[in-house]
Amino acid sequence: MVKSRRDFIKISALGATGVAVGSNLIYADGDKHVKTDKQPKGPYKQPSELTRTPTYCEVCFWKCAGWIHKNEKGKVQKITGNDDDPNSNGRFCPRGTGGVGMYYDEDRLKTPLIRVKDKYGKQTFRKASWDEALDYTAKKLRKVIEEHGPECIALFTHGSGGKYFGNLVKALGSHNIAAPSYAQCRGPREVAFIATFGDGLSSPEPTDIRDTQCLVLIGSHIGENMHNGQVQEMSDAIDKRATIITVDPRFSTAASKSKYWLPIKPATDLALLLAWINVIIEEGLYDRDYVEKYTYGFEQLKEHVKNMTPEWAYGITTIKPDVIRKTAREMGHASPSVIIHPGRHVTWYGDDTQRLRAVAILNALLGSWGRRGGFYIPDKAKVPGVPHPEYPKPSRTWRDAMSGKYELADLALANGVCDATIPDPSLNCSIKAWIVNGTNLVTTLPERQKTIEAIQSLDFIAVVDTMPMEITGFADVVFPECTYLERYDSLRVTQHREPTITLRMPAVEPKYDSKPAWWIAKQLANRMGKEEYFPFDTIEEELDWQLKQVGSSLEEMQRIGVKKFKRQYDDLYFKDGEDIEFNTNTGKIELYSTSLEEYGFDPIPKFTPHPEPPEGYYRLIYGRAPMHTFSRTANNPNLTDLMHENTLWMNPIVAKEWGFENGQKVYLQNQDNVVSTFPIKIRVTERIRWDSVYMVHGFGHANRKLTRAYGQGASDSELITKVMMDPIMGGTGMRGNFVTFLTSKPVKEEARS
Amino acid sequence: MRYAMAIDTKKCVGCSDCVVACQTENNVPHGYARDWIIEVIDGTYPQLELEYRSERCNHCDNAPCVRCCPTGASFIADGGIVKVEHDKCIGCGACIAACPYDARFVHPEGYVDKCTFCDHRLEKGQDPACVAVCPTKCLYFGDMDDPNSEVSKVVKKRKFKTLIPEAGTEPQLYFLI
Repeated sequence: MVKSRRDFIKISALGATGVAVGSNLIYADGDKHVKTDKQPKGPYKQPSELTRTPTYCEVCFWKCAGWIHKNEKGKVQKITGNDDDPNSNGRFCPRGTGGVGMYYDEDRLKTPLIRVKDKYGKQTFRKASWDEALDYTAKKLRKVIEEHGPECIALFTHGSGGKYFGNLVKALGSHNIAAPSYAQCRGPREVAFIATFGDGLSSPEPTDIRDTQCLVLIGSHIGENMHNGQVQEMSDAIDKRATIITVDPRFSTAASKSKYWLPIKPATDLALLLAWINVIIEEGLYDRDYVEKYTYGFEQLKEHVKNMTPEWAYGITTIKPDVIRKTAREMGHASPSVIIHPGRHVTWYGDDTQRLRAVAILNALLGSWGRRGGFYIPDKAKVPGVPHPEYPKPSRTWRDAMSGKYELADLALANGVCDATIPDPSLNCSIKAWIVNGTNLVTTLPERQKTIEAIQSLDFIAVVDTMPMEITGFADVVFPECTYLERYDSLRVTQHREPTITLRMPAVEPKYDSKPAWWIAKQLANRMGKEEYFPFDTIEEELDWQLKQVGSSLEEMQRIGVKKFKRQYDDLYFKDGEDIEFNTNTGKIELYSTSLEEYGFDPIPKFTPHPEPPEGYYRLIYGRAPMHTFSRTANNPNLTDLMHENTLWMNPIVAKEWGFENGQKVYLQNQDNVVSTFPIKIRVTERIRWDSVYMVHGFGHANRKLTRAYGQGASDSELITKVMMDPIMGGTGMRGNFVTFLTSKPVKEEARS
Repeated sequence: MRYAMAIDTKKCVGCSDCVVACQTENNVPHGYARDWIIEVIDGTYPQLELEYRSERCNHCDNAPCVRCCPTGASFIADGGIVKVEHDKCIGCGACIAACPYDARFVHPEGYVDKCTFCDHRLEKGQDPACVAVCPTKCLYFGDMDDPNSEVSKVVKKRKFKTLIPEAGTEPQLYFLI
C-alpha cells in the first residue's frame, strides 16, 4: 500500500494552553460607542449596559451589517443587526445572532502549527511562533516558485480574508484563485443569466420579492436557507398575499407557505420549466411588448417548445397537466410582477446551466427582468482599491489543465484548480502549493478521494482558519485566524437597491495567539519581497485612506457602521418603452443564445433524462437548516444548542418497508459502496418523497478536536462520489448520488502477515 | 396595561432566531431556553400542512404557576408579566409541574427561570429580543388594553388560537392561523 505523504493530523491538545487576552476595552475611543440609556431597575439579574462596535457578519456570505455588544466587563454579549443595512434591515438571522459562539468556541485554533515528524517517525503538529510559521511558509513558497514558477501556487478561499491572500497570490504571479461558491454552488445561474440578459445576478440577488405578486421557487428553500433579506421579503410578500409556487420533492418550509406545492420527481425540473414556457407561449400569457422590444429568438423558442406540453411533462415530472397550466396562468396574470427565482445552490444534475437558462427565459417571457416585483436594477458604491504596482502576468493558469473545456466559466473552478493539482505529464506545471482560507475543502468539494489525492501531491499546503476542520489536518502549516469579532477586514461593498458600504472592526482583542488575515498576508508579502502590494503599515490606515476617497473616514464608519450612497441610476426598474442595449451578442435578451451556440452548446435548453435510483436505493438530497452555514458552524456552542446533528428524512412508506423506526440510527452506503463514517438518525416524516431521502449538509465531522461536532450526524459530502459535470461551465452536479441503508457498519477484513 | 404577543404561524419559518436571541440577550446558559419552536405536520404526502410556532411562557391571566408557588417567588408584575424573583425561589419545581406549557426550567444556579417578555428592554421602549430579531416579523408585541397597539390590531383582524384553552389559564400568546 502506498503510504500517504501527508497523514491527517488531529490538532492535539497542545494548543489548549492558550490564555484569553484580558477583557479590557482596547479602544481608547470606546466611549463613543457607549449608549447612555438608563440602568434598568428591579431586583432581578438583568443584562447591564452594553457598548457596541460595528461589524458585518462572517457566518455566511450574506454579510449582514450589525453591532457587537459588550457588557460592562468588556465581554461580548450579543450581536444585533444595523437598522441602516439593506441586507438585514436590523434583523440578524439565527446564525448571525449566534455568531458570538464563533468567538467563544473553546475548540478554536489557538497557535500556529507546523507539521513535523516525532522521534518515532509519526507526523504531528508542533506549536510554533508566528515568526517561525511565517518564515517557514515563505521559504516553502519561494521554493515552489523557484522550482516550478509562481503559477504553481493556488489559493482557495471563502470569506473576507480571501481578498488579502488573493492580493498576495496575485502579487507573487498566480491567478489560480478559486472559491467553491462558484462551481459548487451558484456558477451555473450566473452563466445562464449572462447568456440570456448579458448580466449575472451576483449577491444579494436583485429579486424584488417584497413587491412581487408571484414568487416561484424551484428547489430553493428560502426560510431554511436563511438568506436574510430574501427571507424577510418573502414574509412581506406573504403579508401582501402574493402567490407562492414551490417546486420541490420535499415539503419544504417554503412549500408549506405556498398556494401551490408541486411535489416533483427529482431531476425533472427542466421538463416542467419547458412545459411552463409552452403554456405561456401557447396561451399568449407572455408580455408581448417586452418580448417584441427586448428579446431575440422568440420564434425559434416557440417552435422548440411546441410539443413540450403539460401532458408531455406529466409523464416525466409526475405533476398533473392541469396544475402545470394553472400555475403557468398564475405567473402570466402576475406578469411582469413575477419572479421565477434563480436559486443559489444550483449545481444539481450537470445540465444546470441549461435549467437556469430555462428559468431566465421564463422570466424574460414574463417581462420580469428590470421590472417592479421582478428583478430590480441593483447599484453598488464605487470604492477605489488600495494602490499597488501592477500584478505580474502569469504565463499559465488552471485553465491550461482543462484543455479548452469550461471556457464559459467566468470565475475559477475550485474543482478545476484541484484537478490541475493532480500531476499530469501532459502539463508543464501542475499546481504545487495551496493556501486555503476559510473553506473546509475536504467536505466542500465533491469526490473527496480526488481532493485528498491532490493534497497528497502538493509540495506545500498552508491552511488559515479559525477552527480545526478536516482540511487543517492535511496542512503543513496552520495559521490560526482570529474571528470576525476580533478584526478589521476590507469594507463590505455589496449591491442592493441602495448602495452602501459597511465597516467591520474588532470589538475585542484576538483570543489566544490568533491573528487577522490582513496581517498574516502582509507578513508573508514582506517576507517574499512584495511589500509594495501592502503599502499601508496598518489596516486602520488602509481603511481610512479608502474611506476618505469616498468622502467618509474610519472615524465616521466606527460610529455608524453602514453608510448609504446615492444611486448612480435613477430608477430601480426599466422605464416604459426605454431603449436598452443588453450586453449580449445581439444586444437583446437572448431567448435563443447565440453565445452558447458559438461554443457548440444547445442555444435553447433541451430536456435529457437523468439516471434514477436502482432498486433499494434512494436519491440523496441535501439542503440547509436555518441555524447552520455549511460545515463551518457545526461546532458553534450557540448554534449546536439549536441543532447539534442532522437526521435522515425518510417517508413512512420507506421506513415501513425497511422496518425502521423514528430515531433509529443507520449507516448510509452509496452507489459506489462508500459507507458513511458515522450513522445518522432516521426522521420518519411525510415531508419527503418515497424515492428520495434528505439530510442537512455540514454534519458528520470527523475531526475529534471539534468536541461538539465530532460524529454528530452524517456527512452528505462523503457520499457524493458521483459528479455530473456541467459541460458549459464546469459546475459539479451533486444530486445524482443514491444511497441505501445499513443497520451496522461493515467490518473491514484485515489480514496480518 | 396588558402585555401580550401574537405569533403569525403563516409567516414563521421555524428558524429559531427567537431562541438564540433570547439566549444571548438574557444570558441563558447553553442547553436551556426560555422560548422554543414547535413544528406540527398534518396529512400524508403530498396533501400536507405544516405549522411552526414560536412558543414561550403564555403570561397567563390566571397563572397556575403563581398560585402554586410556596414562597411567593412567582408573581405577576406590571403589565401582567409572570415573573420569578430569583432570590426568593427555592427551586422546588412546583411551578414547573403546574405549568401546562412547560415554559419553566431550573437554572443551573438553582432558581426557576422563564421568559420575562424582556421587561428590561420594555423599560427602554424596546421590543422583547425575540420580537426585535425575527427576520420574518412574525412576532407582534404590545399592550392589549391599547386598541391601537400592533398586537391588538392584528388579533382583532386575524383568526387566532390560544394553546390549551381548556386549562383555563387565560393565556396571552395569540397564534395567528
